[in-house]
Amino acid sequence: MDNILVSKKVTKRFGGLEALGKVDLELKKGAIQSIIGPNGAGKTTFFNCVTGFYTPEEGEILFNGRNITGMSPDRVTHLGISRTYQNIRLFKNMTAIENILVGMHPHLKSWLIGAIIRDPRTVHEEAEALKEAYRLLEYVGLKGRGDMLAKNLPYGEQRRLEIARALASRPKLLLLDEPTAGMNPSETQDMVHFIQRLRDELGITILIIEHQMRVVMSISEKITVLDFGRKIAEGTAKEIQTNPTVIEAYLGRGAASGLGETAAKG
Amino acid sequence: MQNQYTDWKQALRSGLLGGAITVLLSLIGIVTAFSNTYIVNKVISFGELLIVGPIAALSLVAIQKARARHPGLLILTAIISGLTSGLVILALAGLGQVINLRAMFLNASNDLYAIYAYKQALVPGLLLRLLVSGLVGALVAGFTLLPGRIKAAISQGLLYVILVGLMGRLIGTVLNTWGFVAILFKWMFVANSLSPIGAIFLFLLTGGLAYWRYGRPKTKQITDPKKQKLVRWGTLGGFGLLLIFLPNILGMWFSEILDNVGLFILMGLGLNIVVGFAGLLDLGYVAFYAIGAYTIGVLTSPELGFFNLTFWQAFPIALIMAFLAGVLLGLPILKMRGDYLAIVTLGFGEIIRILVLSDWLKPWLGGTQGIQRIQRPVVGIGEFSITLQSQQQLYYLILAGIVLVAFVAVRLRDSRLGRTWMALREDEDVAVAMGINHVATKLTAFAMGALFSGIGGTLFAAKIGSIYPSSFQFLVSINILSLIIVGGMGSIPGVFVGALALMGLPELMREFAEYRYLFYGAALVAMMLTKPEGLWPEARHRLEFHEEETPPPEESEAVPESA
Repeated sequence: MDNILVSKKVTKRFGGLEALGKVDLELKKGAIQSIIGPNGAGKTTFFNCVTGFYTPEEGEILFNGRNITGMSPDRVTHLGISRTYQNIRLFKNMTAIENILVGMHPHLKSWLIGAIIRDPRTVHEEAEALKEAYRLLEYVGLKGRGDMLAKNLPYGEQRRLEIARALASRPKLLLLDEPTAGMNPSETQDMVHFIQRLRDELGITILIIEHQMRVVMSISEKITVLDFGRKIAEGTAKEIQTNPTVIEAYLGRGAASGLGETAAKG
Repeated sequence: MQNQYTDWKQALRSGLLGGAITVLLSLIGIVTAFSNTYIVNKVISFGELLIVGPIAALSLVAIQKARARHPGLLILTAIISGLTSGLVILALAGLGQVINLRAMFLNASNDLYAIYAYKQALVPGLLLRLLVSGLVGALVAGFTLLPGRIKAAISQGLLYVILVGLMGRLIGTVLNTWGFVAILFKWMFVANSLSPIGAIFLFLLTGGLAYWRYGRPKTKQITDPKKQKLVRWGTLGGFGLLLIFLPNILGMWFSEILDNVGLFILMGLGLNIVVGFAGLLDLGYVAFYAIGAYTIGVLTSPELGFFNLTFWQAFPIALIMAFLAGVLLGLPILKMRGDYLAIVTLGFGEIIRILVLSDWLKPWLGGTQGIQRIQRPVVGIGEFSITLQSQQQLYYLILAGIVLVAFVAVRLRDSRLGRTWMALREDEDVAVAMGINHVATKLTAFAMGALFSGIGGTLFAAKIGSIYPSSFQFLVSINILSLIIVGGMGSIPGVFVGALALMGLPELMREFAEYRYLFYGAALVAMMLTKPEGLWPEARHRLEFHEEETPPPEESEAVPESA
């Protein structure tokens, strides 16, 4: 089993609008892969289908060979898929460390009774979790920020905290929805390196939605292009850059002839 | 010259406002009602304070807004403000002589004018009033010119004299239970108010204290961790002892209030889990209170005679019932959020109340007649057992309940479950995407809240010995919700403070008779305006409200006039 995620003819409709139409996608274990496409192409909808927020009307999604189509989001997370959001969605009024601890939820066991009587197992579990949470906080470069409310962190740090929270559930597959949105070039560069580190050091497979072409081209081994809910191209950065359909989707009919290079640099 | 001109206008405006407030208070009838409620016996009454108070306050405003800095001009400003207020009062009295205001304002009576005129003949009396109003302004101005230390002393002294004077009757009740200690203080009070000598003594004592403390650091920082620990345990122990002896110190009447407040703390701690932690707006919380109380009633009352259990036999059953009711209510509303949830829970609360009231269930639940002769709890074994009956004895039962419930609430808050609740409150979708099972999490919150409320219900039944449907009105749910908001959402100490403020204060304010809810409402509005995060907010919320606070822009009064 080489593919960690396979989607087969996934279709999602909202009323009359087809947000995703028969999307096929294969994601190799240990890869960094991107989904690109103009606004409203269905990229985030695809993420929502994978993570269980939406149930596709047709098609199948397999995670490590297991059918997860229509599974509830919490079960999907338990299986090892974790995500971040386009518009950062941290638990704003909780501290950074609490955010990460919530992310660890699937791996902790204590519930009502344990919380009240604080048996040794619960105490041990909580202590370990806290240690792990601080380790993660440091890993994403937020050492010393643990007690700050998430909403009081600067923008870039909120992005990284969101990734830390996603990592806390120890995912096998991480879905990043525009991780560099709103960042300046040097912050973007840091983020690119950071994403590569995640894959290299933690062995996590990563699927990214990204708008900045420079990021997409430099980081991904394979790129899938969506437009109006349909897959219009797939391939390496080189192949995508010169694909006339892609250029047309981005810049309109007729642009394909001359502006290809510019669009790719975007 | 421009400056002085605007000051002059400002003074007039403040004066008019001060007079208007006084007139308003008079027409509501408070001034007349409290003209014989003395703060200092035969010297100043609460009614008089209600006349003079607004005048003084608005003179202060006039001074603070004045642009002139010369002391003479400031005093003049304040006097003008005071005199204007006096003129407004005079105008009311004068108008009252010409036309009969009573047709519209019941309280614009000759009694009121007599109070205005210091019970003298109308014309010289009212002139005296005008003089006093001006004098009040002058005194306020003089006060502001004093050095800070003396200002602090005077304001603290006055504050205590007014508070103690107002609470004279209550303090008397407490003192009466003290016996020999009471004699030491008796001379300070005459006929439920401070005696003149007592007032002077109290003023000097508290004012002196403020004078002495002025500018000193509040508490010395203790750095030694061992000492810190000692201090903490010492305070805790002292507080515990105080709690244990409180009913004996305060006497019967106060114990009853303490019991009531205690029950609301219990329920507040429960609802705080549902609303404060998990963010689920529950307006039918009283239902679980009713279920707890009625379960005890049905199981123990010999009048109904079904089971005739003792209180302690029925107690666990009542808790299970409340817990299950929480789960049952939780099930249908799992998918609802916000307003919808509030409406459905509200409906649930009403269903329970109407069921209890119904003829259909009358043979079991007693209908409007309720359930009487509920078994009182017995504690102890064999010969050493006593039946908890008096308010003072039941206080300990309620105290034990609170300690237990507060302990559980703190533990839950600091656990994985507590984090889960908060995550759900912050963003349900994301929380679910973090692997949180929202069904189990919400149900647990509802069930724990219901359980705590059920405990409150059982103790309530034990406390009054008979229960009626009218005890379980919708208003109870609202009161509990309000005390949580007043104390600070999600804050456990906030529940205590909120319950004391919301349930305790109105009892203490019995002095204000039928006007107490007027004062109480005004106090609530003022509080929510000045401390929107609650009286004792959760540490996290304190960050939330004050970190992004920016200083308000400089006031630029009087700009329109000059333009």
